[in-house]
Amino acid sequence: MSSAGEPSISVLGTSALLFEAPGHTMTLPDQQRIWALAREAGRWPDVREAVPGMNNLMLSFVRAPRALAELRARLLAAWAVAQPLPLEGRVIELPVVYGGDGGPHMADVVAHTGLSIDQIVEIHSAPAYPVYALGSHPGYCYLGGMDARIATPRRKVPVVSIPGGAVSIGGAQTGVSASTGPSGWNTIGRTAMRFFDSTQDPPALLQPGDTLRFRVQKVIR
Amino acid sequence: MIELLSASALATVQDLGRLGALRWGVGTSGAMDPLALAAGNLLLGNEAGAAAIEVPVFPFQVRFTDGGAFALTGADCAARLDDVPLLPWWVGEARAGQVLTLALPRAGAWRASRAYLCLPGGVDVPAVLGSRSTQLRGDFGGHEGRTLRQGDVLRAGAAESSSMPVGGFGLVPPALALPLQVDGVPAMRVLPAAEYMHYTETSRAAFWAGEWKITSQSDRYGYRLAGTKLEASTSVEMRSHGIVPGVIQVPPGGQPIVQMRDAQPSGGYPKLGTVIEADLWRLGQAPIGSRVRFIETTWDEAVAALDQMQAWLANVQRLVGLYRRQQARS
Repeated sequence: MSSAGEPSISVLGTSALLFEAPGHTMTLPDQQRIWALAREAGRWPDVREAVPGMNNLMLSFVRAPRALAELRARLLAAWAVAQPLPLEGRVIELPVVYGGDGGPHMADVVAHTGLSIDQIVEIHSAPAYPVYALGSHPGYCYLGGMDARIATPRRKVPVVSIPGGAVSIGGAQTGVSASTGPSGWNTIGRTAMRFFDSTQDPPALLQPGDTLRFRVQKVIR
Repeated sequence: MIELLSASALATVQDLGRLGALRWGVGTSGAMDPLALAAGNLLLGNEAGAAAIEVPVFPFQVRFTDGGAFALTGADCAARLDDVPLLPWWVGEARAGQVLTLALPRAGAWRASRAYLCLPGGVDVPAVLGSRSTQLRGDFGGHEGRTLRQGDVLRAGAAESSSMPVGGFGLVPPALALPLQVDGVPAMRVLPAAEYMHYTETSRAAFWAGEWKITSQSDRYGYRLAGTKLEASTSVEMRSHGIVPGVIQVPPGGQPIVQMRDAQPSGGYPKLGTVIEADLWRLGQAPIGSRVRFIETTWDEAVAALDQMQAWLANVQRLVGLYRRQQARS
């Protein structure tokens, strides 16, 4: 299919398993196959949840399967026949204030990429970002489609607390914090949006297949 | 009903965790020592997964406004009901107005850091997304989605369990019944994870051979450990993926972080291994400043350890049932 090589399967203790599509890039067709695999594996006994990540899938267990080899084989077989599942959802636009107090790590992204603040903002706010997966904390979305020119490694030591609404870059990914908490990513800006409400069904505002756009509200240099 | 008399910093309502909400980015939360929570509930005749109060900071003091049964498990906190000393891992009964006080955990036959106070029928808070555990990051679940504080009033789910034997009864704690140590240091079994082989042979050996200090930057989210710096021979910027409590991440600084119950449900740092589910309670009880060891294990051993833990709980349930029936007859 879209990527060469074999997928990798590893265990996360006895409570979950991690399936990773081959390669190190993050492509939408691969992600659409992950969505298809999640839909399939979510129906299997022993599987409590099939949770998409970025071109990978975690299966959490109702109980630890005795025959792990069987589950591995079943996953590989399901991946081999998984067709991209196109999910097309809503488009949400978020106004962002880039830099300044709300973007304390902008200087690190400048230093790593060699680009100016204006170039980083222009590149970051250009794409329509598809929501690949939810994770990290309630309502948080992992987005695909970030331009590789602004990729910046995760921080050597995670920051103990960044506020909700923080727009950040971690490796080749970008995202927006849905609430205050620790993070290893580089925060470049700030927005305001409620992404999660535990009293709603579903509780998360966004789901895989939705699209986020960042609109430049202001740039603080 | 109970009323919190102490400041009760960082005490929370927890059950066995919020399973099944990962798809919305919601981590599991739940008791840091699920074995203590389950055993305390079984002592009272509750469901093993009923909600209880997890107490990590002492002194902790509550008043039983209407009286009632309770169970105390986890750390041995030299508990007193008014002036009467209580044994650890014990179920007792308070009269209306009596005050329960938990002091600093004692380093006696075993060392632990968190106590659990269980009530008949569990602590009565609403279930949110399938659990009564406090989701601190999301400000929901537990008691008003937050840590407890002085003046909070919590209600038991059931007015009273069955008749209580005079003087109560108790259990031998799992730290003694299911001990695991290496050279006198509490140990946890670890299954290697996807990036295990990315670490140098020397670092892998050091991980198993060394003692790891639990630093003061450790909490319900994660335990930041200090020890030999772990060096990766391959550096890969990872794609974000699901993780679970117990996963040992190694940020580029080389000092591992073990994800605990309030951990994020996903991450992107390389993973050296995972503390197995059956041993995570041991780490959840390891005090800040103490040292732990890790033992390499296999899938089959890890599953067997889970069976052993379940068997211990099943035995507790059986014995408590027998004891209560005997008491009811006599």
